[in-house]
Amino acid sequence: MHRELRSHIISLLAAGIRLDGRKLAEYREPIEVENNIVKTAEGSARVKIGDTEVIVGIKLEVGEPYPDTPDEGTIIVGAELLPLSNPDFELGPPGIQAIELARVVDRGIRESKALDFKKLCIEKGEKIWMVIIDICPINDAGNLFDAASLAALAALKNTRYPSFDGEKVDYKVKTDKKLALEKMPIAVTVIKIGDKFIVDPDTEEEKAIDSRLTVSSIEDGTLCALQKGGDFPLTMEDIDKMLDIGIEKAKELRKYL
Amino acid sequence: MTYKQRIDGRGFDEARPIEAKVGVIKRADGSAMFKIGNTWAYAAVYGPRNLHPKFLQDPQKGILRCNYNMMPFSSSGERVRPGGSRRSKEISMVTEKALLPVLDLEEYPNSVVDVFIELPQTEAGSRCAGICAASMALADAGLNMKDLVCAVSVGRVADKLLVDLDYSEESYPNAPVADIPIAMMPNSGKITLLQMDGEVKKEELMKLLEMGKKVLTDIYEIQKNALKEKYHEVEE
Repeated sequence: MHRELRSHIISLLAAGIRLDGRKLAEYREPIEVENNIVKTAEGSARVKIGDTEVIVGIKLEVGEPYPDTPDEGTIIVGAELLPLSNPDFELGPPGIQAIELARVVDRGIRESKALDFKKLCIEKGEKIWMVIIDICPINDAGNLFDAASLAALAALKNTRYPSFDGEKVDYKVKTDKKLALEKMPIAVTVIKIGDKFIVDPDTEEEKAIDSRLTVSSIEDGTLCALQKGGDFPLTMEDIDKMLDIGIEKAKELRKYL
Repeated sequence: MTYKQRIDGRGFDEARPIEAKVGVIKRADGSAMFKIGNTWAYAAVYGPRNLHPKFLQDPQKGILRCNYNMMPFSSSGERVRPGGSRRSKEISMVTEKALLPVLDLEEYPNSVVDVFIELPQTEAGSRCAGICAASMALADAGLNMKDLVCAVSVGRVADKLLVDLDYSEESYPNAPVADIPIAMMPNSGKITLLQMDGEVKKEELMKLLEMGKKVLTDIYEIQKNALKEKYHEVEE
């Protein structure tokens, strides 16, 4: 479908350059993380990577624990691909794209143990905190995966518990108690086009990708979640290189938190 | 029962602080942001573009389609469940009716102009903020327009008539309250949105419309300045 675009991109990449003049492993500028931008949320952040802009808001609700983990709270990640943010998005219940985005962000946070779920327990078997993370793109100019997971982490970092008297949550009163973040999982999506690897694809590049690998890693380089996408397979060598790029670039992104 | 002074210290005829900007969403054909107090709206316009499903097409003219949506974390209480509610559907419909009179869509048969309104944060007056943002976004999209549309709520708390009610006033305890969102085409002075809940006398309502008109004139200036600012930047 985008064969000409793809071959144009490939010929540029052979010369070490991207459509917008960037180098292969270079994020767009500026990258901005703004904290606490939504007063009605318990935690929030807006992340801009180039023209891509995502808002993440966190609500805390009291609920019942799952029967198999009676002393653990939980997280719920939702993503809505708002038709406001991209001419190709349509109204309606989340499609597979939105579901994948939410699940990739969810896994990065859940599997890295960024939140100690035991600390979200209020009363064993009865009451737990549910941390609800909602991802809302404002302008989708590419790479929602990385922008959303960075915004989710920033928002978790500034989340404060609302007042809770054992019966009811009073959302009007925020306490000083913060969510304890134990780890900083950062997602970096590495794209393969032809035999080259790039990060932070823009809208045009996203149309032309062969495959992608979203690599979530924590501070010491330990991997905590992966997601391969795209229609083409990857060799072992590809994966080796993509993981290196993912871990390396995560260090850069982590500085914005 | 008397409401002596507004809880946040404003005058009774005074709106909350307003901030407005256009061109905030690059992928859209037109876009705007409108903040009034703690209520914050984005609007994006896409189109005129092909309309699907086909049976909705009008061979005589283009249609306007609006969607109002609160982000899940935008309410000061519990999380708002995603997906439309009856309330958001009704607001989408009245928003459409509030904006339609300023548009001329006869040039665009079988097409649609989509307006998406998203609210990251709300504290009363969200449909009015959405309409203000949407009318700026339509202008930013370069559509033919007869006028802008400006919107604000007016109302009554106990014995006082006032403009731009905030949440504490909308839910003022033990006193009669009326909340009346209005939208106006500022050049003709015609009203394109009028809703009300609460209780108010006819004479009071007419007085409130006059009070609203004054504030809407100020909002019109803010909207115009925001639009000019974008094109000023382009000139530079």
